Amino acid sequence: MKIDRVAVVGSSVAGIRAAQALRAGGFDGEVVVVGAESAAPYDKPPLSKQLLTGESTAADIGLLRADCEFGLRLGVAAAGLDPARKEVILADGEPVGYDALIIATGVRARTLPGTDEKLVRSLRELRDGAALRARLADGDPVVVIGGGFIGAEVAAAAALAGCPVTIVEALAAPFSRVLGADVGSLLTALHAEHGVTVLTSATVTGVDRLPRDRALVRLADGRALEAGTVVAGVGCVPNTEWLADSGLPLDDGVHTDDRCAVRGADGVYAIGDVARWHDPAGGVTRRVEHWTNAVEQANFVAHQILRPAQAQHYASVPYFWSDQFGVKIQMTGRVGPGDNVEVLRCSTPAGDRNVALYSRAGQFTAAVTFGWPKGSVTTRMAWQHGAHVADVRAALAAVSDRVTPVDLAAKKGT
Amino acid sequence: MRIHADVGKCQGYGNCAGLDKVHFDLDDDGLVVVRSPTITAEQRETVTAAVRACPAEAIWLADDEN
Repeated sequence: MKIDRVAVVGSSVAGIRAAQALRAGGFDGEVVVVGAESAAPYDKPPLSKQLLTGESTAADIGLLRADCEFGLRLGVAAAGLDPARKEVILADGEPVGYDALIIATGVRARTLPGTDEKLVRSLRELRDGAALRARLADGDPVVVIGGGFIGAEVAAAAALAGCPVTIVEALAAPFSRVLGADVGSLLTALHAEHGVTVLTSATVTGVDRLPRDRALVRLADGRALEAGTVVAGVGCVPNTEWLADSGLPLDDGVHTDDRCAVRGADGVYAIGDVARWHDPAGGVTRRVEHWTNAVEQANFVAHQILRPAQAQHYASVPYFWSDQFGVKIQMTGRVGPGDNVEVLRCSTPAGDRNVALYSRAGQFTAAVTFGWPKGSVTTRMAWQHGAHVADVRAALAAVSDRVTPVDLAAKKGT
Repeated sequence: MRIHADVGKCQGYGNCAGLDKVHFDLDDDGLVVVRSPTITAEQRETVTAAVRACPAEAIWLADDEN
């Protein structure tokens, strides 16, 4: 069937890059991008990084070039979908017809149950970032609830701004859900070096409002932390409510097949943080909240729409980055339960760099590099080809002067 | 069309080299190196995908005279 009109719902990086990829691939029909936020499309990773530290301003993080080659309907959310009529219904009642639909409505920050959203901030939209940056300028104590990457980035930015910072983490080690406890402790040490207090195995039971716009964070063990600013980084929820009556398969995201296409809905695709795609390699569904995955799925789906005959399943190398205290932390792959972990110190012309390598029965599963982009790219190439961990060590040795193992047990004691 | 890069903007994310190792690499400081600035018609789709995958917008395609 000839496709004349593509509708994209979602104006963050997945939606915008999909529209751009359609044009770059030669699509000459109509493309319209619908976005709930009225702000011009912008990039989200800097919200908890460069925008908070002041390295970037809102003007620096726009996603569009001057020559926008597609239609934009901003400031109006999608409210419904009729896949039989091939129409998206906007909140103002206007229908948007399509031949192909790309769902890219992303996620929103999970809120802490029983707390006031004005008191416990979250960070997902540009206005959240701008408001938080203004708060950090006061230098008042900051409590970050949740020791994930967003929380850690906020903590780092707050500490750099001169605020006393405490991270409250429910698990025994921050970052351990993604990195495992051993490597999580390396990141904890980085925060400790910069004066951040990290409370582990600590559960928040409530946040009370104090006079003069302050807050009291109460913990299960009886401790209470007074703060000028409280930020929760406790995960995200996919934005699928607008699809509740559409009949689309929804369960923690929009379910798709291995080509990012939604089964049972002709011409409908889902990409980015909201999409739960079937990964044939693992025989599982995955919903990935990372920038690079969003852009790669955008490219993939644009290609599917332009040249469906060349259909193949979506595959990518899992990758994300985080910036904390000026250190670029880059992760490739996925850590599984019980994976072996080793840390290597690689001497490079730019200085010594740590790399954590994870493996299962000798097979390389994941890598985390600290401040070493070239090492990160090396591990991405290796992951792509399904390497043995010994081959990854050799590849890292080939791009550094010397590689020495780091004793994790000794490191933890210091 | 040629590949252009601004190493001043590069942040070392490595998405370019991850997607197109024919044209992109990183140096020891983690900054982009354009291995070959010229592209063929067949390479165009891969290169433009790498350009869109740069979070720092440090690489782009432009006519030779630009």
